[in-house]
Amino acid sequence: MSRRLTVGPFNRVEGDLEVTLDVVDGRVASAQVSSSLYRGFEPMLAGKHPLDALVIVPRICGICSVAQSAAAAAALGDAAGLGMPPNGRLAQNLILACENVADHLTHFYLFFMPDFARAAYRGRGWHAAVERRFKATCGDSLKEMLPARADFLRVLGYLAGKWPHSLALQPGGTTRALTPTEIVRLLGVLREFRAFLESTLFGDALENVNALAEPAALAAWAAGRQSDFARFLHIADDLGLAGMGRATDVFLSHGAYGAGDDHLFARGVFDGTRAAFDQLKVSEDVAHAWLLDSAPRHPSHGETRPLTGEFSEKADAYSWCKAPRYAGRVAETGALARQVVAGHPLLRALVAADGGNVQARVVARLLEIALVVPAMEKWVRALTPGESFCDQWQLPDAASGIGLVEAARGALGHWLRIERGKIVSYQIIAPTTWNFSPRDAAGVPGALEQALVGLPVGEAESAPLAVQHVVRSFDPCMVCTVH
Amino acid sequence: MLLHFLVFLGVLVSWWFAVRSCGGRLKLLWLQASGCGGCTQSLLGAENRSGVFEQLAASGIELLFHPGVSEASGDELLTLLADAAAGRLPFDILCVEGAMLRGPNGSGRFHILSGSGLPMIAWVQRLAARARYVVAVGTCTAYGGINAAGDNVTEACGLQFDGNERGGLLGEDFRAASGLPVINIAGCPIHAEWVVDTLCSLTLGAFGENDLDALQRPRFYTEQLVHHGCPKNEFYEFKASALKPSDLGCLMENMGCKGTQAHADCNTRPWNGVGSCVRGGFPCISCTEPGFEEPGHPFMETPKIAGIPIGLPSDMPKAWFVALAALSKSATPKRVRDNAVSDHPLPVSSLRKPGKK
Repeated sequence: MSRRLTVGPFNRVEGDLEVTLDVVDGRVASAQVSSSLYRGFEPMLAGKHPLDALVIVPRICGICSVAQSAAAAAALGDAAGLGMPPNGRLAQNLILACENVADHLTHFYLFFMPDFARAAYRGRGWHAAVERRFKATCGDSLKEMLPARADFLRVLGYLAGKWPHSLALQPGGTTRALTPTEIVRLLGVLREFRAFLESTLFGDALENVNALAEPAALAAWAAGRQSDFARFLHIADDLGLAGMGRATDVFLSHGAYGAGDDHLFARGVFDGTRAAFDQLKVSEDVAHAWLLDSAPRHPSHGETRPLTGEFSEKADAYSWCKAPRYAGRVAETGALARQVVAGHPLLRALVAADGGNVQARVVARLLEIALVVPAMEKWVRALTPGESFCDQWQLPDAASGIGLVEAARGALGHWLRIERGKIVSYQIIAPTTWNFSPRDAAGVPGALEQALVGLPVGEAESAPLAVQHVVRSFDPCMVCTVH
Repeated sequence: MLLHFLVFLGVLVSWWFAVRSCGGRLKLLWLQASGCGGCTQSLLGAENRSGVFEQLAASGIELLFHPGVSEASGDELLTLLADAAAGRLPFDILCVEGAMLRGPNGSGRFHILSGSGLPMIAWVQRLAARARYVVAVGTCTAYGGINAAGDNVTEACGLQFDGNERGGLLGEDFRAASGLPVINIAGCPIHAEWVVDTLCSLTLGAFGENDLDALQRPRFYTEQLVHHGCPKNEFYEFKASALKPSDLGCLMENMGCKGTQAHADCNTRPWNGVGSCVRGGFPCISCTEPGFEEPGHPFMETPKIAGIPIGLPSDMPKAWFVALAALSKSATPKRVRDNAVSDHPLPVSSLRKPGKK
């Protein structure tokens, strides 16, 4: 028996998503993932003053706002051949880390966990407690998490003026030099945030969480522990989330918190072994997008021209999203990819056992919080008041630049070209462009499209829960996807 | 038979939502149109002891649906929206976040509400007709915002404005059932409290047309200028100006700051507890104003004629401003002049003289 199911609107993902499923004998046989909003940021940037990109690109996305700024600043810095002073680099790391960690928390508490509070899970032993704690918009956990998140975002109040949509990140550093007392206060903000994480999210010291190096140790650590992470692990075990949502097991990371080849989490590609990432191997294909046709192109030669007339002329198209490929292959990006590329032993082991999957993606996000907050404490202590936060620069009249950063949800790249002092080309590949890519010209489905195949769909299900778990496990940001 | 069953299911789902949502008196429906979701992210950062949902619920607002945070997806949600649009599910407040995309060629095809096959603009029109209050959350929704930058191929506009022009998607004459026009909480993004304060005022029945300014923004935050409470005030007084990013000096003369013209209380109502744009060391780009997205000059440069910024404080006679600026520049203390181009305050060497103060 087969049927076609269209799932949308998809709540608790950032932006608009529609998933079409062909279901055969109670399993997903094939999936099409569609991004249904086109805003046209890339063409909008053409003709602008290069630094105007710093105003425009954060407004692509309210949840990856700083990541977009960081990528633009990096691309402009690359075009100008510019480095930044140590304080500027530390401040940019702190700003991006704050957004990424806040996003991980938002994803876990607001987007992902509420699905387990659904009535459909009422038969499970854990349901009543999980419903009380995680029910969408009114679970008890929100009364702790939202204030903790708001307090943590003070890091951005000090360093970036506000969040989202700051202009603090510049090609040469940041616009706000901290005073010695502000550094003291930042440490206080981080201390309080650490206390929330250790009491509520983990139920243990961050250092103990970071010491978990293998799946058996994780299971032993979680057994009987009262914390939100342990609650998730219990549910994941019960529902078999490790067996859901395997994509291509090609993991890609631009490298996070650093510059060039020197990052806290390394740059690279992992498909069983780690290889260097070469941006020249990236291409984008529009065979199934509502965009005017062109051959697959490297983003430095990319173009974005939307269909505006008869959409029926391109019957194979089903999304505004392009299809990025790495050396022709479909790749997955995100916290799991970042940690697998960086060599995190526990996540490497989880992936070795079951491939990329729902449980591993969530575990990676939470473990990354435990890794990044201590790094933030170190970066704050390394700031040197009185020394510069921002180098001056002269933008060349003609140049090109590339900015590669990691947003919470994965690899974000900006490719820009400047001629006669204006932007002439600006191309962006966002994390969810990778993960939620449509088919390419060869008909190869994108990462999510592959990850959905084989999932069970109940007779009465119109928005299958397994599908929802897999979709949300990528922490998609649809507004970035098409931009 | 199937149809009857589906209708029954729809009623059941609506009832279920009504019962299961966290209680309150004004029912709120939130849509995300063509935006970045940043206004919701900003709203989630509202500073209070138990989080913004608890704050709204305690103030009498029942969140029927919000695409970023509610449980429903797919059919259950489409049923809810269809019921609300048809009047079967009464609600009070419609908050829309994001611009209205009318393109290409008026079709709205650039933004289809996923799963529904219908353009978002059609949903907004239908739902706005049922709401007691319609609230535009953010500059995109109010005026078109960043979506309308460049050639505006998406034909982006706001709910009741298209940039500076009245009209927009709903038309100049639109009134919600309460009699109020669209309430424009402009800002890119909004400050969480602008939204919370507006919604809470609605629950008290304490919000009327007189509370809106000419651009239909709540006056409680637009009667002030970003300039009010600016931490760089002393630099402004003496026209001791920053020359490059991270300089402490006033950002108006060279760095593109529009704080003296932009209507918002950003420097008396801190962002993320302690910040604001100018506190962050970068210029105000007047994101609460229609058309901010196309200033006609690079955002971070001040346009000048004969060395004098053209964007002077809007309600001050120009000649007086120029005369005062010249005078105050020549009276600038060395401390202020030096600090203006430093990224941290330089040590003050002189001690105050003893005697009467």
